[in-house]
Amino acid sequence: MTDLTTRAWLLSDAPQTRRQARLGAFYQGWLTFKANRLAMFGLVILILLLLMAAFAPWIAPQNPVAQNLAERLKPPSSAHWLGTDSLGRDILSRLIHGSRVTLFIVGTVALIAPVIGLFVGTVAGFAGGWVDQVLMRITDIFLAFPKLILALAFVAALGPGIGNAVLALAITSWPPYARLARAETLTIRNADYIAAARLQGAGPLRLLIGHIWPLCISSLIVRVALDMAGIILSAAGLGFLGLGAQPPMPEWGAMISDGRTYILDFWWVAAMPGMAIFIVSLAFNLLGDGLRDVLDPKGAKE
Amino acid sequence: MTNPDMVNGPGQAGLPPVKGGMPGLGPSRWRRRAKSVGGVAVSLVLTLLGLLLVTFIIGRVMPIDPVLKVVGERATQAQYDAAYQAMGLDRPLWDQFLRYMAEVLRGDFGRSISTGHPVVEDLKRVFPATFELALLGTLIGVFVGVPLGVIAAAQRGGWIDQIARVVALVGYSMPIFWLGLMGLLLFYGILGWVGGPGRQGIIFDGFVPTVTGMILVDSLIARDWAAFRDAFSHIILPASLLGYFSLAYISRMTRSFMLEQLSAEYITTARVKGLSEWRVIWGHAFRNIFVPLITVIALSFGSLLEGSVLTEIVFSWPGIGQYITKALLAGDMNAVLGGTVLIGTCFVALNLISDILYRVLDPRAK
Repeated sequence: MTDLTTRAWLLSDAPQTRRQARLGAFYQGWLTFKANRLAMFGLVILILLLLMAAFAPWIAPQNPVAQNLAERLKPPSSAHWLGTDSLGRDILSRLIHGSRVTLFIVGTVALIAPVIGLFVGTVAGFAGGWVDQVLMRITDIFLAFPKLILALAFVAALGPGIGNAVLALAITSWPPYARLARAETLTIRNADYIAAARLQGAGPLRLLIGHIWPLCISSLIVRVALDMAGIILSAAGLGFLGLGAQPPMPEWGAMISDGRTYILDFWWVAAMPGMAIFIVSLAFNLLGDGLRDVLDPKGAKE
Repeated sequence: MTNPDMVNGPGQAGLPPVKGGMPGLGPSRWRRRAKSVGGVAVSLVLTLLGLLLVTFIIGRVMPIDPVLKVVGERATQAQYDAAYQAMGLDRPLWDQFLRYMAEVLRGDFGRSISTGHPVVEDLKRVFPATFELALLGTLIGVFVGVPLGVIAAAQRGGWIDQIARVVALVGYSMPIFWLGLMGLLLFYGILGWVGGPGRQGIIFDGFVPTVTGMILVDSLIARDWAAFRDAFSHIILPASLLGYFSLAYISRMTRSFMLEQLSAEYITTARVKGLSEWRVIWGHAFRNIFVPLITVIALSFGSLLEGSVLTEIVFSWPGIGQYITKALLAGDMNAVLGGTVLIGTCFVALNLISDILYRVLDPRAK
């Protein structure tokens, strides 16, 4: 009974309060999202991943860095579900702990890059003139570089490590967000309500933060969700090259690199972490598609 | 997407142009074109300058002391100072940058510490290997991806469309280096269908005289069929791998371009006239997506040059990706920066070429 009334309240055509209208819009978005089965599948996988990362020490059957040379390179069995690696460490436990590393990298990059992009793009679009020219020229220069190569060069200069890998990925992935934010700003800039706010005495900073940023954010979120898979793959690539997380930290890309030497005889060492990367980035892709349908109906037709 | 205008170009193909000019197209056509050509030239020069500036900064902030790399750990203070001055590190930064720029323009990237050769010579040696791989990958991507995208659009919602969707989704989600390892395991380790890592089998190594540096081409020139077959068995797996990633992208873009065309009115007209479906799709709609497709193919080729870094590591392919990575792990900054500038320049050049082709081929841009 309460269920029914809550639903009716949420879907009401004539919301009484701002909060009701906001929650109602959110609920309708959720309904659209829920109808997309693949996107729900992606969401479920990612929630499982989050839980796995949060409770890693309790879920993992063994210590991810404990070496046991008597048990090295054992195939999947009841004792080690996914087998052991060249130092006798349990691959399943390492995968479970590795989800923390992956989420850390993706989360940080997805937090830094869009914020830089939002800042650069909206300032460029809003200020116009030479500011716009200079900022967009810088953006173009970064776009002209292949992402992975630039990230490699940055890590080479800063030294390998997980923090520097995050920094390099963030530095190389902000330009598309800046372009997007600038394009949005240009369409909003001359809207009547901006003029109205300006007439009321709002300064440029207030217009930018209070009126322009909120409108740019939904398209940025869609873009971030769609880019997540790419970030995971790039991070794993850096790890594979030995430039990301350093041993003995259980990073998925580095684990594949460990297994590379044994690929012909002990396939599971490299195969298992690759499956994990594939499943997670697939989930992010599915989620991104679903979010795009909800938040950006214009772009969904593609 | 580097340039959204290029992709959104053929919006209302088939509709007659609006008389009296479209809104927003201010100055005369002539001036607009002159301006746009000038703009392209200016942005090209600025981008290349920026490329050099970024690599210069990367080279200067590195924690590795370049002087120690040259004189060794046990050098005296006097030797160290002499090398420090000889390398120009005592000069102001802007002066160093100008010198760096002048050197690069002369084609001098310095000497690689790990190989002992000038970086330019190294790059000349390794680049053809990468180029050959990326080119073959792109060809596979085009010849499979374009038909797949066209058919997926023509039979929207049909089973080929579903397959194309899955192929693209998996392509976007798969770590390329992992797929490469699994490919090696299956096709080399278990089935034995292809050659192993590397460009050539050990008995053919260095046998074919170098003309272009691309072994497939060189062995054809030398009419050495055995060497050709050997090189082909080595390149086919990494090239198919890159081709798969390229076709995931190309087929998606082809599909969306085709859907746009197929919903246009001139298609309805063609159907009403009684043309066969084959002619409507390949003769009418497909011809109109040619121009944006070229941009997509150029972009995809560029991303394969980049994607080859990881692939080359997996397959021990002696190309630019492996060169950069090895140099990186050895702290050989000259080689890393030289390789980075080369690939960055290729990117810029590809963008420029597709931009020019776009202007030349699209009658509406004239």
